[in-house]
Amino acid sequence: MSTFHTLSVLVENQPGVLARISGLFARRGFNIESLAVGPTETPEFSRITIVVGVDQPAILEQVTKQLNKLVEVIKIVELEKGAAVRRELVLVKVKSDATTRGQILEIASMFRGRPVDVGPETITIEATGGYGKIQALLELLQPYGIRELVQSGSVALGRGVRAITDRSKYDKTPKSERS
Amino acid sequence: MATTTPEETQTAASPGAPTVMTGAQALVASLEQVGVEVMFGIPGGAILPAYDPLFDSSVRHILVRHEQGAAHAAEGYAMATGKVGVCIATSGPGATNLVTGITDAYMDSVPIVAITGQVNSQFIGTDAFQEADIRGITFPITKHSFLITDPADIAPAIAAAFHIAATGRPGPVLVDISKDALTKSTEFIWTGEVHLPGYRPTTRPHYRQVREAARMIAEAERPVLVIGGGVLKADAAAEVAAVAGKAQIPVVTTLMARGCFPDNDPLNMGMPGMHGAVAAVGALQRCDLFIAVGMRFDDRVTGQLSSFAPEAKVIHCDIDPAEIGKNRHADLPVVGDCRLFLADLAEQLDDVTLRDTSGWRAYLKGLQQKYATDAGDPKDDVLLPQEVIKRIGELSPADAIYATGVGQHQMWAAHFLPHTQSRKWLTSGGAGTMGYCVPAAMGAKVGKPDQVVWGIDGDGCFQMTNQELVTCALNNIPIKIAIINNESLGMVRQWQTLFYNERYSNTDLHSYRIPDFVKLAEAMGCVGLRAERPEEVDAVIEQALAINDRPVVIDFVVHKDAMVWPMVAAGTSNDDIKIARDMAPAWDEEEL
Repeated sequence: MSTFHTLSVLVENQPGVLARISGLFARRGFNIESLAVGPTETPEFSRITIVVGVDQPAILEQVTKQLNKLVEVIKIVELEKGAAVRRELVLVKVKSDATTRGQILEIASMFRGRPVDVGPETITIEATGGYGKIQALLELLQPYGIRELVQSGSVALGRGVRAITDRSKYDKTPKSERS
Repeated sequence: MATTTPEETQTAASPGAPTVMTGAQALVASLEQVGVEVMFGIPGGAILPAYDPLFDSSVRHILVRHEQGAAHAAEGYAMATGKVGVCIATSGPGATNLVTGITDAYMDSVPIVAITGQVNSQFIGTDAFQEADIRGITFPITKHSFLITDPADIAPAIAAAFHIAATGRPGPVLVDISKDALTKSTEFIWTGEVHLPGYRPTTRPHYRQVREAARMIAEAERPVLVIGGGVLKADAAAEVAAVAGKAQIPVVTTLMARGCFPDNDPLNMGMPGMHGAVAAVGALQRCDLFIAVGMRFDDRVTGQLSSFAPEAKVIHCDIDPAEIGKNRHADLPVVGDCRLFLADLAEQLDDVTLRDTSGWRAYLKGLQQKYATDAGDPKDDVLLPQEVIKRIGELSPADAIYATGVGQHQMWAAHFLPHTQSRKWLTSGGAGTMGYCVPAAMGAKVGKPDQVVWGIDGDGCFQMTNQELVTCALNNIPIKIAIINNESLGMVRQWQTLFYNERYSNTDLHSYRIPDFVKLAEAMGCVGLRAERPEEVDAVIEQALAINDRPVVIDFVVHKDAMVWPMVAAGTSNDDIKIARDMAPAWDEEEL
């Protein structure tokens, strides 16, 4: 049975970093469930949120250690459930006409989703939330007919005052000894 | 275009003084600044701008005959000297020809820097002539890599590349430079500083871990110290001897660590693994404490993991944290430099009371005597390959360097050469690269011109990279190559004998006289010699040792059916080691 772990990886903002990381996962047989990458508050760093599926704890340790070996990886933090906020974004285009539009909007609003494009035959809903919430929304929209949908990878941030960049930039502790 | 002359390039290389020059000049100046003495390579379109300032540089460039030879030569130089080896090639096929050598360096943690030309930056991604995404191709086989399209980035990249290659767990670093980055002008300032916020290898092992290691050693009844290539890279031979001597721990030296602890030391049990000595394999299987230093529990050492060293607690020291716990759980993980760990451990051992391990040592000594890896019974009419290799070792100076190819001759060389000093044994372990021998020997001889350098090669391996003998002949690199010619791909043939009902599919090379290795050697400007009868062996070795103005190739026509023993069949347990076909050692005859 695979369990899912969310790793937040701070990397140097350089071309090729993502290729290095995804290549490493492929080559070592690690399983990426989702991956999201974007800029951070510091222009020289990007932050990658990786959800990885592992069947034994030793694999997660190998994933982390192998990632840490990449020169452009600055820091890795595992964001444990409960200690982190995680969100996915979904854009879903649902078949709708005058009779169903109201119902669809009602469902969307229960999930704090909102319409971002409306046409005579479809309506596109934007929603964010954790994995469970998005799945629940999609289940309710399914009967109306989903034309297409796109979902982002999970992004996550630790709760509380600490930041991933704490002590990382001028940190003299070797990477291998940092948590 | 800058008009800097080569003379100005030299002066511009003084630290901190900014000078306008081309990217190519900046590259050469940077290489001079990091102390490069020699590089191996072949020019071509994209790298051509770099070859112009190189023409006047203090850096010696050796023009090889194939880029694979350049990469292996860089490895051989690095292994023999402990410095970073450098190879250089052009874009596309020039760069891809380096790939085998880079892979080899990655698998065996050899510090090399590979510099490649790339097409003009505006053509990258357009399938331009001689374009290959060499950085992408080498992602999985480099410690790090750079793609440079701005001449200002050349000097910092070279400084970083050499730093990364040489420190921590050493390995290959690729610097790919677009042609326009070489031709454009830049302000060159050499600071030598590297800014790598994500790269800080742990070198000093944690004090508490070392103290705990000493405590575990004190409690052990059957300890064994297993040293690997990391010990060589850390130049820790003296520290190994100190720890082993102080605690009287038997030592097992993996293929990559041969020579890091002398074979003639009574504590040395030899090489473990698929073709390991019975005493070494027995030491691993029977030990209660496995002290692994700079070794990585490779499948060729462990055999079937689930039955490997079943009673052992494991202390595992490595500079690469990812090696610890990768294949075998470590009861005591120690991240750090092998030399520092062993030095600290030797000190800590003074503070503990060690158990008497003489019974354990006597047991292993018994195995070693009973199941000595012998060279076989000499025959009157045919050369035994083991005996040939043994005689080369016996007749050569003690500080001779040996490079090998991959296969039977490699295993015999691992067993029968006198491994008494470190950095004298160059072999392709992790990658198992046939063709490593000749160019690696060339690189070693360039780095250590005053030492005898032998290549012990197979007739299969030799035919893959022998053209570098031309390079050797033209550049005064007088290496000596012993071809152990059994007219076949011997190790593969051995597997066919044992596991494929003696169906010799495509392993017969018919290399009795095609090629005629003596004539081939002479055609390449070398001395060619041959021995076919036992009484000729010493004479040709002595003749080869007496020649120092040219490379020498000896064709030793040997017994075709000789096999490498002992052997642990792939995927089986080390307990099932065979000392000859269908013959297993009797483990339990002697009481522990």
